[in-house]
Amino acid sequence: MTCLPEITPGQKKLGLVIDLDTCVGCQACAVNCKEWNASGHSGPLPDLKPYSAGAEGVWFNRVHSYEAGEGAQGRTVHFPRSCLHCETPDCVTVCPTGASYKRIEDGIVLVDHDICIGCGLCAWACPYGAREMDEDAGVMKKCTLCIDRIYNENIPEAQRQPACVLTCPTSARHFGDLGDPESKVSKLVAERGGQPLMPELGYKPVNSYLPPRNRTSLAAKPDEAAPTPMDIKNPLLRWMDKVLTR
Amino acid sequence: MPEAPIPLATERPDRAVDYSPPVGDQVKTTTCYMCACRCGIRVHLKDGRIRYIEGNPNHPVNKGVLCGKGSAGIMTQYSPAKLRAPLKRIGPRGSGEFAEISWEEALETATGWLRHVRETDPRRLAFFTGRDQSQSLTGFWAAQFGTPNFAAHGGFCSVNMAAGGLYSIGGSFWEFGEPDWDRAKYFLMFGVAEDHDSNPIKIGLSRLKARGAKFVSINPVRTGYSAIADEWVGIRPGTDGLFALALVHELLRTDSIDLDFLSRYTNAPWLVVRNPGGEDDGLFARDEAGKPLAWDRSRGAVDASLADLSPVMAGEFTLPDGRRVQPVFHLMAERYLAPEYAPEAVAERCGLPAERIRQIAAEIADVAFNQAITLDQPWTDVWGRRHETMVGRPVAFHAMRGISAHSNGFHSCRALHLLQMLLGAVDTPGSWRYKSPFPRPIPPGPGPAGKGAKPNTPLAGNILSFPQGPDDLLVDDEGNPLRIDKAFSWDAPLALHGMMHTVIGNAGIGDPYKIDTLFMFMANMAWNSAMNPGEVIRILTETQEDGSYTIPHVIYSDAYYSETVPYADLILPDTTYLERWDCISILDRPIGSAHGAGDAIRQPVLKPDRDVRPFQDVLIELGARLGLPAFTKPDGSPKFKDYPDYIMNHERMPGVGPLAGFRGVDGSKKGVGEPNPDQLQRYIENGCFWRDHLPPEQGFYKHANKAYLEQSKAMGLMGKSDQIVMQIWSEPLQKFRLAAEGHGAKQPPDRLRERIRTYCDPLPIWYPALEHEGQDLGRFDLSAITQRPMVMYHSWGSMNAWLRQILGANKLYMARSRAAALGLAQDDWVWVESRAGRLKCQVSLMEGVNPDTVWTWNAIGKRAGAWNLDPDSPEATRGFLLNHVISEWLPAQGGFRQANADPVTGQAAWYDLRVSVTKCAPGEEGVTSPHPEALPLPPHMPARPDLLRYSMKANP
Repeated sequence: MTCLPEITPGQKKLGLVIDLDTCVGCQACAVNCKEWNASGHSGPLPDLKPYSAGAEGVWFNRVHSYEAGEGAQGRTVHFPRSCLHCETPDCVTVCPTGASYKRIEDGIVLVDHDICIGCGLCAWACPYGAREMDEDAGVMKKCTLCIDRIYNENIPEAQRQPACVLTCPTSARHFGDLGDPESKVSKLVAERGGQPLMPELGYKPVNSYLPPRNRTSLAAKPDEAAPTPMDIKNPLLRWMDKVLTR
Repeated sequence: MPEAPIPLATERPDRAVDYSPPVGDQVKTTTCYMCACRCGIRVHLKDGRIRYIEGNPNHPVNKGVLCGKGSAGIMTQYSPAKLRAPLKRIGPRGSGEFAEISWEEALETATGWLRHVRETDPRRLAFFTGRDQSQSLTGFWAAQFGTPNFAAHGGFCSVNMAAGGLYSIGGSFWEFGEPDWDRAKYFLMFGVAEDHDSNPIKIGLSRLKARGAKFVSINPVRTGYSAIADEWVGIRPGTDGLFALALVHELLRTDSIDLDFLSRYTNAPWLVVRNPGGEDDGLFARDEAGKPLAWDRSRGAVDASLADLSPVMAGEFTLPDGRRVQPVFHLMAERYLAPEYAPEAVAERCGLPAERIRQIAAEIADVAFNQAITLDQPWTDVWGRRHETMVGRPVAFHAMRGISAHSNGFHSCRALHLLQMLLGAVDTPGSWRYKSPFPRPIPPGPGPAGKGAKPNTPLAGNILSFPQGPDDLLVDDEGNPLRIDKAFSWDAPLALHGMMHTVIGNAGIGDPYKIDTLFMFMANMAWNSAMNPGEVIRILTETQEDGSYTIPHVIYSDAYYSETVPYADLILPDTTYLERWDCISILDRPIGSAHGAGDAIRQPVLKPDRDVRPFQDVLIELGARLGLPAFTKPDGSPKFKDYPDYIMNHERMPGVGPLAGFRGVDGSKKGVGEPNPDQLQRYIENGCFWRDHLPPEQGFYKHANKAYLEQSKAMGLMGKSDQIVMQIWSEPLQKFRLAAEGHGAKQPPDRLRERIRTYCDPLPIWYPALEHEGQDLGRFDLSAITQRPMVMYHSWGSMNAWLRQILGANKLYMARSRAAALGLAQDDWVWVESRAGRLKCQVSLMEGVNPDTVWTWNAIGKRAGAWNLDPDSPEATRGFLLNHVISEWLPAQGGFRQANADPVTGQAAWYDLRVSVTKCAPGEEGVTSPHPEALPLPPHMPARPDLLRYSMKANP
């Protein structure tokens, strides 16, 4: 097994906050992630049979669509899924070689491809399906939280964020330190009631999902008392004497 | 026995992360073309290949974001389906047998065919250009050639929105208007296509929702944007107009309308002549100078544009000359107060309870009138009066394909604009806003060019323009169409974008005449761009008794091996969007916003590695070889070296060219100014776009804002700075109707009189889809429509190695309740049958769809072998096109056939389709039908890789 770093108070916990209220399922995050990371820290992200049946590639981020409830009362939910950078992930502890590891300095879970033997134990251990096997190279890959962007001094400071966050057209993705209660993302989670995914499993996911807001409903009610055209002889009379000026 | 624990990562010195790798070695800005949105991108290059494409944070359209399509540009650039060199057909059409030829041979072949046509009868060239963003060049070229037969794909996409808007409010939804995302409190989105203005809409929706504004989505299908709406209204397809008119009814019934706005900014007070049977019936009463009249409370009939008018909006009056007149408002209110527009009367048809329609009307009225917005922003109106504030009705609308793709779409779109006008919610704070260069006069220009086409003679004016009445139609003395697609004829008088969907069908039977050369650019007419691909293929391969093809010459330009390539005789291979110059022109579809004018360019960021040329360069060269006057110097030599030379130096009018920014010799002028030899360089330095910024006093009420209108004229965007009075009552439509009633020199042929009289109603109307008439709607009991996947743009996306992993095969989506009634389970194979044919596909069940509707994703299905995909790909075996059961014609009546299209605009009525769905017999499952034979690949197309490890990382 592989050890996890000891969690200390004030520990930096970098992660994502994903807003299910505004995600329209457009796949911008998934594709831009693929594009950045193909040539990034864990690249390439190979695609098997890219122009044939059975095309299947490595994606660090996938967006699923679900329906909840029946008929018109139901809801369609778009759900982006990627590594949650859990505080106590089994995907690290099950690793027989130490290739899967959690960084003490920011909590990012990474894979060291040089010593990964592609056994796939971590994928079995991860209940979120966040691990992606590079079958061609025989190593496991996963979301790096764009570790080669977020600290990258060759990128303007405002853009030192994961590719999925920057590209999201509905601003449904936010990045920051969820270990700092004063950070923007922590405040967003507090304000909007952000939820960890399947907390009952005990892995303490760092990423958080903001649930859909309550739907805006208005108090206005139809004016049932207003006359129907059938009730009045000449409904246009009321406008005839209206004095208008420009 | 447990092994010793492996130590912490940080204790392992070999585990280095390169935190600051250089992104690439070069970054270039340009404009995306993975769909029609024209977002700004930054392309990072490394060793001459693409490392990363990101949204340009400084770009006004996308503000740094980039969608899934744009992010997949790498795979489109490095697709193995790219054409490699000019091709000439050596086998029969459709065989896919080609030989590579030189550009010289290709250009000489094309010039030979085209020269013959131009010297004999230029109409025999049909030049149609698909999803073309260079129409200011292609349309101009066609006019120079002298053929009226030019259009792009708008006739099967958006013309109902363009015409409905431009003839009503002088601007349109689509991509030429935008909700005031920062102030709207109530937003109604009607059946939008998620590939037009998509990033701006997504950005806007998130801002809107963050403010707690209410978002109502009217759409038979609850996907995409509809999923995040506060209220989803799962209306029946094609009834949006009826729903809108029921809202109009409710607003009138409850007197929830903005009479001041109507009297100042619309033609509501204008007087309409009431003279049934007379030649002036329904026209505006005008004074001697031709100015429309209104009834002033104290003075009677006066010039309707007077600043001190006190209009009487209802009643009937007699002019001094004895004519009876009524205000537009009176006629409008009378019509829509009628019981047929009451919510109860429309509820069943729309598939919505009457109470719900009334509730939505009440909410709209409450927000518009009880939650009005006032900005402390002085402005001056067209009458020269200063106002201290801007008052707004914060109800905004947006609509696109779901309205557009019906045969009642023009009037449905007009109905939405009527709603906006009644609410006073046009270009006010919080409402829908015009994007520059709109508003424009109604209609915005002179009639279309195309009369009197003669050999070797250019046509004067714009081929696609704006009829004001029968005199502007392109018809002969018998009323027969002059254009091959019958646009601007009595078949479709306001076919502003042409009717590409009828060209091949009409040419096939020589109605109204035969053509010699069909010249197309990026239009996949032998597959997903045709309403009926099988019929298009039949015509393109049809031969005459002497063995010659019915359409003798087909020239096609595309960058990829699309399904249409095998049906052309000569292929002019285009570059990708990253290898070319382009111009998102102020003369065509610029990137202006409510905040000011704007336009953009593409610059080549990569050099082609194949023997291909940008289509626009080729067109300019063909123009020179043919000796078209605007493309040659007096000595006959080429006037322009290439497209960038044309972009910078072509002048449509003195000082007005394809780009509005950085004009004048020093680049200091905007709109009007001398050509600037550094113009493109200035665009590049600015991120490949130019954007003007309106001062705040010009931000709203642009139709009546003196400063705005004057500066708009000064910039060359409009010829006049007069008020743009919105048109509730459309006089051009009434003129067509009068002609149908027997008035005037130009009248429709008898067989079209009733049609013109009915559908050229000066006020919005609703009618059931034309193709439903005579159909057994009990048998074909389901409406069938398509939706745009947000991650695809037509066939361009479904060939992309990454995007096709997200959506590689489409199914027919159906309400679970409906499927249960039909005995269908998830993934069952079914036959989908319509009056036009049948297809086979799989069903998928869902909740968020109107139960009387089935739908599928657009353009996922591919023909086996095309796009260099393996013939076994799911796109070809399980993916399907609904197109195969759509007919491009209405059932023939009296020996005449009519396009399956809007009778006013000619817009293709894709979404009027009705089908039945039945389970396949055992043994029929497994492969979609129709499943035409696999296409062979053209010469030298690279082998498809079995594995892609795309990476520009050092030592991947």
